[in-house]
Parts: sequence; C-alpha cells; structure tokens
Amino acid sequence: MISERIVNTIRFLRIISAITVVWLFGLFSAAVQADPRPASSIPSSALVQPSELASTLRGPSSPKPLVLQVGFRKLYDQAHILGAEYVGAGGDDQGLGALRERVAKLTKDAPIVIYCGCCPWSHCPNVAEAFSALRDLGFSRVKVLHIPNNFGVDWVEKGHPTEKTP
Amino acid sequence: MSDRARRLVAACILLSLSAAVETKQPGEAAPDFSRVDVAGKAVHLGDYRGKLILLNFWASWCGPCLAEMPRFSRWQTVYGPKGLQVIGISMDDGSSPVMALLKRRPVSYPIVMGDATLGEEYGGVFGLPLTYLIGANGRVLARYAGESDLAAMEAAIKRALPRVDP
Repeated sequence: MISERIVNTIRFLRIISAITVVWLFGLFSAAVQADPRPASSIPSSALVQPSELASTLRGPSSPKPLVLQVGFRKLYDQAHILGAEYVGAGGDDQGLGALRERVAKLTKDAPIVIYCGCCPWSHCPNVAEAFSALRDLGFSRVKVLHIPNNFGVDWVEKGHPTEKTP
Repeated sequence: MSDRARRLVAACILLSLSAAVETKQPGEAAPDFSRVDVAGKAVHLGDYRGKLILLNFWASWCGPCLAEMPRFSRWQTVYGPKGLQVIGISMDDGSSPVMALLKRRPVSYPIVMGDATLGEEYGGVFGLPLTYLIGANGRVLARYAGESDLAAMEAAIKRALPRVDP
C-alpha cells in the first residue's frame, strides 16, 4: 500500500517535471524570438559609414557593392539608397529567407552592403540578424551601413543619393 | 557629347531620382488625410481643427516608439479634455502585428495604418519615431524626429493647450 503511494507520487512528480520543462522551454523560445540580435553585436570592422558608402557609390570604382535594404517596405518605398534593392526585414524569418534567396547565386567574395535605418542603431531589429545570416552563408565581404539615428537623419538629410519606388 | 554635358545630364538624372526631402516645418500646413482606424472608425485630420494634435508615426518593431506610447496614452487622458488629440499612424507593413500589439498594450487614442503616400505628404517618414505637434489652426508647431525628450514635448503641449481651449 505504502509502496504503491510512493510509486504514484514519483509518477506525479515526473509528470509535473515534464510539464515544467516544456513550459520553461516555451518561455525561453519566446524570449529568444522577442529579442533580436542587437546591432552592437556587429564588429566595428564590418561597419561602413554613410559618407564612405556615398563616396563609393558616386565614385568611378567598379564593381559597386550590392546594396540591400533589410528593413521595412514602407520606409524603402519612400526613399532608399540609389540602386539599393529591397529584400525584407532581417528580423523575421520571411525576410531572412528572401535575403538568402537573393544572394544564392553570388560568389562568396561578392561585396555586399546591407542597411536598415528604421530606428536608432541600438534598437534596430534587422541588421545584425541579416549580417549574421550572410556570414553564416560564407560571404566574406559583407558590410553594414552604420546609421546611428535613422535613414532620414543620417542619409537622406545629408544629401546622399536616394531614389524612391516608382 | 562633351564630358561637362555628360556630367550635367547625370546630375539631372540623379536629381530626378532623388526622393523629395521637404519635411513639414513649423508654420507649414499639416497635410490633411482621411483613414479608418484599426477599430473601424473614420479618422479625418480636418475634423480635429480647433484641437491641438499630436501626430505620431510609429511601428510595432520600433523600440523607442513603444516606449513613448504609454506616455502619449496618458497625455490623451489628461490633456484630452483640454483640447489635445493624439493620433497614431502605424508604418508597419501589415496590420496584424499592430492589432496584436494593441491587444496587449491598448492606447487611449486612435491608430490608423499609414502608407508611403501619407509618409511622403509629410515630407517622408524615413525613420521612426517621428512626431508632429499640430496647432489648432492646422499648422505644424513642432517636429520631433527620433528618440525625443518627452518632458520637452509635454512642456510644448502644455504651452500650446491654452490656445486651443482658453
């Protein structure tokens, strides 16, 4: 009788433990999804400043880097770096999928610049995820445009070349 | 064609491609608009003539925007009876994340979905947050781009309120 109670208690504790583990895993997964990699995780050696990129794009050197906007469509449509392509938000799976697809046929040493500028650098949910994805794919010449405030303040209002989606 | 002429043509092409950067400045008329908010109610900026308007461009992915919204919500409650009307314009690419966010973090003012056209009418919304304070006469009183000093913004609202409701 006593041994049966002990067995039942152990079974009960096992079930509770399993439920707790599943619950904690769910919480952890949610936390991971809610907190995208911060832009500050990008090494400074991988950053390019707006004036430097603008100079490269205006200059006679070729080939020019492929410039990809990894932020949000409504912002891209109003103004983006002259010649930049929109791929999707680096902070979500759909955007990262589009990014992988866009670069699939490029050689690994192709020069690529990614940028977002949706919000202040420390709050950008996109660039670090996109940078990490490209590095994981083996691209060795990936640069991230350092936009301290936002695209409007640090690129458009500085008079660097832009265009809007027709 | 001479080299100089080529450069002139290139400059003209660049200028024609460039996004217009004419942000609405203090004293200029705030562009009117009509939208249906996420709760299904019509929002027409012109209907608020005579009130002080805080027009806030934001998005669910913008950390600084989310930090501001509880303050704006409180201001609507406190200063609404004195003539303030806060209007939120989401620049999210779709309404789903907006609806989900507002379910978790409701606000006391209307939220409408923005688009590139509306952004361009306000001189371009190239980064968030972006907030306009619009006087009772429909003219822009102040423009706050990026992470703003909310104490200064509240002081500006307080100063402007007596003109709305003496």
